[in-house]
Amino acid sequence: MKTYYNPDDLARFADISQYDKALADKFFNWYNEVFAEGALSAREKSLIALAVAHALQCPYCIHAYTEDALAKGYSEEQMMEAVHVAAAIRGGASLVHATQMMNRINQLSIS
Amino acid sequence: MATLARQQHPLADSASQLRHYDEVTGIIPPFSSTLQKAGYDGLFAGRPEILQINVGKLCNQTCRHCHVDAGPDRREVMSRETMEQCLQFLDRSGMKTVDITGGAPELNPHYRWLVSECRQRGCRVMTRCNLTIITAHERFNDLPRFFAQHQVEVISSLPFYEASRTDRQRGTGVFDASIEALLLLNAEGYGKPDSGLQLHLVYNPVGAFLSAPQQMLEQQFKKELSNRYGIVFNNLYVINNLPISRFLHFLLQSGQYEEYMKKLVMAFNPATVPALMCRYTLSVSWEGFLYDCDFNQMLDLKITDQAGNARHISTVPAEALQERRIMVSQHCYGCTAGSGSSCGGQLVP
Ligand code: SF4
Ligand code: SF4
Repeated sequence: MKTYYNPDDLARFADISQYDKALADKFFNWYNEVFAEGALSAREKSLIALAVAHALQCPYCIHAYTEDALAKGYSEEQMMEAVHVAAAIRGGASLVHATQMMNRINQLSIS
Repeated sequence: MATLARQQHPLADSASQLRHYDEVTGIIPPFSSTLQKAGYDGLFAGRPEILQINVGKLCNQTCRHCHVDAGPDRREVMSRETMEQCLQFLDRSGMKTVDITGGAPELNPHYRWLVSECRQRGCRVMTRCNLTIITAHERFNDLPRFFAQHQVEVISSLPFYEASRTDRQRGTGVFDASIEALLLLNAEGYGKPDSGLQLHLVYNPVGAFLSAPQQMLEQQFKKELSNRYGIVFNNLYVINNLPISRFLHFLLQSGQYEEYMKKLVMAFNPATVPALMCRYTLSVSWEGFLYDCDFNQMLDLKITDQAGNARHISTVPAEALQERRIMVSQHCYGCTAGSGSSCGGQLVP
């Protein structure tokens, strides 16, 4: 079956360095550093990544960070709540723009 | 759920499990060649320190991931005579640590006798207790007291601090019964600072994934179990699932076998090799045969003499077991993945 997304491609992520090694190296180093223990724990970062993956709807990231969050001992409820946070921000981000629509309505309409 | 043996499932036969390892050779390299690339021309035992005695496959549970294929329908239990042979081996080898496992070892009618005999010899005794046995029947309710009286180290599985994931792996109602048993162990002093009574929990991932580092999960388990139930314990042992018996069955059934094996190979960590438990453990089966580890026991990879005869606990000279070549196969990738895995948890930081 031909699809744009192939599950096997996730394991080939590092291949992106073929066309520009210098930039890819920078990206992977930075990526690894981002997820290291810091002011936020590696465990907390995993849950943030899972939520962001859903906001971006990236199937590779959802695949990887669902497994990572399970491995790091998050419960199903905690993971679902994190996805709701992502969804709420997405929903809110759309809805808050309604104020712009309302401003424009007011601007265009005879008062 | 019936055991694979009861179902007469092909995977109940160790030869058929080993054939599945052959199937993936080509997709993943043989474990021995990965070892060689890491600079190890095979795996060799040092001086055996821990005698792990598997007293039988009878168990009150039928966990989905069990590498023993244990369950209530199994009838293989170690006889008193074989236990006596184990004790004689302890005497002539001078080994001072015993790790009793099963099945649910407490279901063996000679279990308590074996524990007290080992303790009388001054051995450190660890027992692998599935927790639910303590509340399964009133004749087991006094186990925490028995353990404490004999200063036995208790090592118990609890795959998660919530019911949903624990019961998924170990059966409906197991979580609640386990919490009850942990509270009884705590009441006896187990896991409490300064009591000298050690209580360790074992974490196996509930599925086809590897675990996060032991320390991270231990912190989490300690916090959650203490906040929710007031339960305390000493250490969390994080153990990888090896592709054996019922866990192999799950992998094959869910179409994740190849992917899981690749995951283990990708995570191969050469730093774990010197610490592998087979290098200092001896495993003995309910029939008294010797193995490099409990996993090799379930795959029937016996320790043999130079003529190829299986070594038996009744006759083996203790010195014959040092520097022996360990039998390895594709399942060994489970012990070398990530921070490594053994009956005592993670192998390297
Ligand atoms: S994993 Fe332990 S408790 Fe579960 S069935 Fe196997 S021996 Fe019994
Ligand atoms: S399964 Fe693990 S402990 Fe057993 S022989 Fe292989 S590496 Fe050693």
